[in-house]
Amino acid sequence: MTETTENPQTAATAPAAQRGLIPLPLATARALLLAGGILTTASTFLRWTWTSDFPGDLTVNGYPGGLQVLTLIAGIITALFALSTYGVRGLGWLLPARNNAPLVLTALSGFAVTWYTVISIAAELGGIVNWEPGTYIAAVASLLPVIGALALPQDATDSTKEALKAYIAKADHVPAPQATAPWIQRLAITIVAALGLTVFAYGIDAEDELFIGFLIVVVFTAWALQTAGLFDRFSRLTADNRSFALAMGFVAAIGFPFTQTNDHYANLGVNILIFGTVALGLNIVVGLAGLLDLGYVAFLGVGAYTAALVSGSEFSKFSGVQFPFWAAALTGAAASLVFGVLIGAPTLRLRGDYLAIVTLGFGEIFRIAVNNMDGVSGPDITNGPNGIPSIPDLSFFGFDFGQNHDIAGFTIGRFANYYLLMVLISALVVTIYRRASDSRIGRSWIAIREDETAATAMGINGFRVKLIAFALGATLAGLAGTVSAHVTYSVVPNPYQFAGAAPPNSAFLLAAVVLGGMGTVSGPFLGAALLYLLPEKLVALQDKSLLAFGIALILLMRFRPEGIIPNRRRQLEFHETGQLDVPDTTTLTDEPAITKAGA
Amino acid sequence: MTTPVLEARDVTMRFGGLTAVRSVDFTVNAGEIVGLIGPNGAGKTTFFNCLTGLYVPTEGTVSYQGTVLPPKPHLVTKAGIARTFQNIRLFANMTVLENVLVGRHTRTKEGLWSALLRGPGFKRAEKASEERAMELLEFIGLAHKRDHLARNLPYGEQRKLEIARALASEPGLLLLDEPTAGMNPQETRATEELVFAIRDKGIAVLVIEHDMRFIFNLCDRVAVLVQGEKLVEGTSDVVQADERVVAAYLGEPFEPTPEDTQPAAEAESTTSTKGEAQ
Repeated sequence: MTETTENPQTAATAPAAQRGLIPLPLATARALLLAGGILTTASTFLRWTWTSDFPGDLTVNGYPGGLQVLTLIAGIITALFALSTYGVRGLGWLLPARNNAPLVLTALSGFAVTWYTVISIAAELGGIVNWEPGTYIAAVASLLPVIGALALPQDATDSTKEALKAYIAKADHVPAPQATAPWIQRLAITIVAALGLTVFAYGIDAEDELFIGFLIVVVFTAWALQTAGLFDRFSRLTADNRSFALAMGFVAAIGFPFTQTNDHYANLGVNILIFGTVALGLNIVVGLAGLLDLGYVAFLGVGAYTAALVSGSEFSKFSGVQFPFWAAALTGAAASLVFGVLIGAPTLRLRGDYLAIVTLGFGEIFRIAVNNMDGVSGPDITNGPNGIPSIPDLSFFGFDFGQNHDIAGFTIGRFANYYLLMVLISALVVTIYRRASDSRIGRSWIAIREDETAATAMGINGFRVKLIAFALGATLAGLAGTVSAHVTYSVVPNPYQFAGAAPPNSAFLLAAVVLGGMGTVSGPFLGAALLYLLPEKLVALQDKSLLAFGIALILLMRFRPEGIIPNRRRQLEFHETGQLDVPDTTTLTDEPAITKAGA
Repeated sequence: MTTPVLEARDVTMRFGGLTAVRSVDFTVNAGEIVGLIGPNGAGKTTFFNCLTGLYVPTEGTVSYQGTVLPPKPHLVTKAGIARTFQNIRLFANMTVLENVLVGRHTRTKEGLWSALLRGPGFKRAEKASEERAMELLEFIGLAHKRDHLARNLPYGEQRKLEIARALASEPGLLLLDEPTAGMNPQETRATEELVFAIRDKGIAVLVIEHDMRFIFNLCDRVAVLVQGEKLVEGTSDVVQADERVVAAYLGEPFEPTPEDTQPAAEAESTTSTKGEAQ
């Protein structure tokens, strides 16, 4: 917060000392933003290429298709933000801090997605002969807002690099929102939930080029909203209406399968939810109690294997036994709890890196043990590498999860059934997480994470509360594992390893927590969605996905170490005065000679 | 006759071949403020750690109100001895209020189940804890900063918060390890007032401190620890008048040749600058 003097402003209030990177009058800059946004929008109604070989149909005059839809959306958002600078009534809330960054970033969003499309048309169809006049219009039109945005006046800086940095800097101070009626707040939350569902459903359905375009638009738009301070405002809004926001999130999650016609996408949805729920369980261990657990996926495996053994599968050791789901879920969770305590009790006496290494070892022990319990190298329990296949579908009161069901005109397929079950389990896990973290035991976890010696000196039995965190995390993972066994039809040892190319494995789970934001509820789900969808959608990256993933994590840790969604404690740091253990006053006492003597 | 709150009998602490504390007998009576002083490296903090269960004494026993203390820090706190640390050890990323609430840990019982089920008992206990914590924050004058992160408090307030956190465990004896280190004279005097106020609540206080004016203003009794052994114990006047104490701090008065004193003085000045730099 040293740059408090730097206050990028737009509009008529700009003092004379401010100037843009590109020397244009302010009126021209704004006009370029608005006109460019509108033109980009309009250009998507033209043909961009002549053949339908390019994915998505870009050959139609009259309505946009494929990537054009994304350009359309980016164009509209750019135009809306531009209109907001003109002080159009009803759009003022878009720019509460009146800073330049949202304008720059929305302009970049349109520019990036349009040029990505234009270039991939040329690259995939073989040359720019495949461009139509509409393509040229779109390319030029999307460039205009970028020029306009960079011409917006801001405080003069020494170098171009600093000027560019200032253009995408978040507003120093976001004014507090005006008081609004509760129904307006709730309406806003409802609209955001609906938008979130739409964006998520669109992203899950998008393939290849479309998915990359989707990522470009979402990343830039989200960044723009963040720099505008709208995310801060929204999180304050949800904090004021906590139960309503949670209920809307729940409704939006339930609504997802009704937006899908293909059960394949519901499959992605259920896997993301399982992954996210397990990551949230890990968040108790890592995010709250600060215990680095690198073998966490083993507990998912314990739950899955337990559920498979009592599922009535003919390949199960206990093929005669078929528990109803509630009993199987409880058994799976209980088995994980037992393993959690067994593994936790000896290892939790270690701290930091030592704990990480030992849990990593135990995680691998689980996989190798399960691999060997095939009746040849060990007792015959798990069928070794073959695993336990043909796990029957669940059935509640005659509701068969394996069948399609028609609900209110929508067809809900097999994966959608499991998705809905998983939504309920996730809701349960979210409730457990929130209640546990906001209580005496949750505070003692955080205290242990902050300073274990001080925590024990405050009367906290460190070993005990750490074991509770470890066991609770294991139980929740086991619970998710019981569903995952039924979703995938079979359980095999291989997925339950430390690191692999596809989630879930311990490294990905930990990455989901760190990427999303440690200590938050929504962070692990967001991280899980990203980490599951990226390898799934970017098939071109397949053999390099781990490399790309590693690079992305390094970049994230460099530029946003608190994760995509920072938790409340980090947000509170705006009180920061920059001092930790340093006295703010000089330490001169009356008699320094005596007090320091004898040293 | 005063009743002893804390009794250390013949406490010895050895680290391998090094004896950091050697057969120290020590008593703190109810309602008393006792000071523990000594040159750096005399074993004061080690002795403190023996009292609070961070170290298990090699020999000897420590008893609190007549019962021998268990060698686990959290059980010692539960028994009624709270402490602060020489270098502040607050939970930096927790709010001021949460820090004090953590101090209430031993005086509340709500476990995981009660947190998950959120029955009326849980809500009542949380509310009572919060009220008690706010009382303590009023007492030290930090109530208006309840939602600030501890790390963002100024130094002096961090010291105060650490005391409030220790008081939250409702101790019968409070151990303060250099409570005024790094404070300016005004802050030191404010701390003095605070310690008197704590004593007036009926809590016995044991203070380690290097600031002699602070110690001699404050304490009913002062013990001097030198090289792990208790040298003198008594009222301020007795300790101040004792030649051995002065010798322990400043060295024996003797008549050396000028060549001998010069290097010694230099060595001492370098060590003391080092100490300050840290």
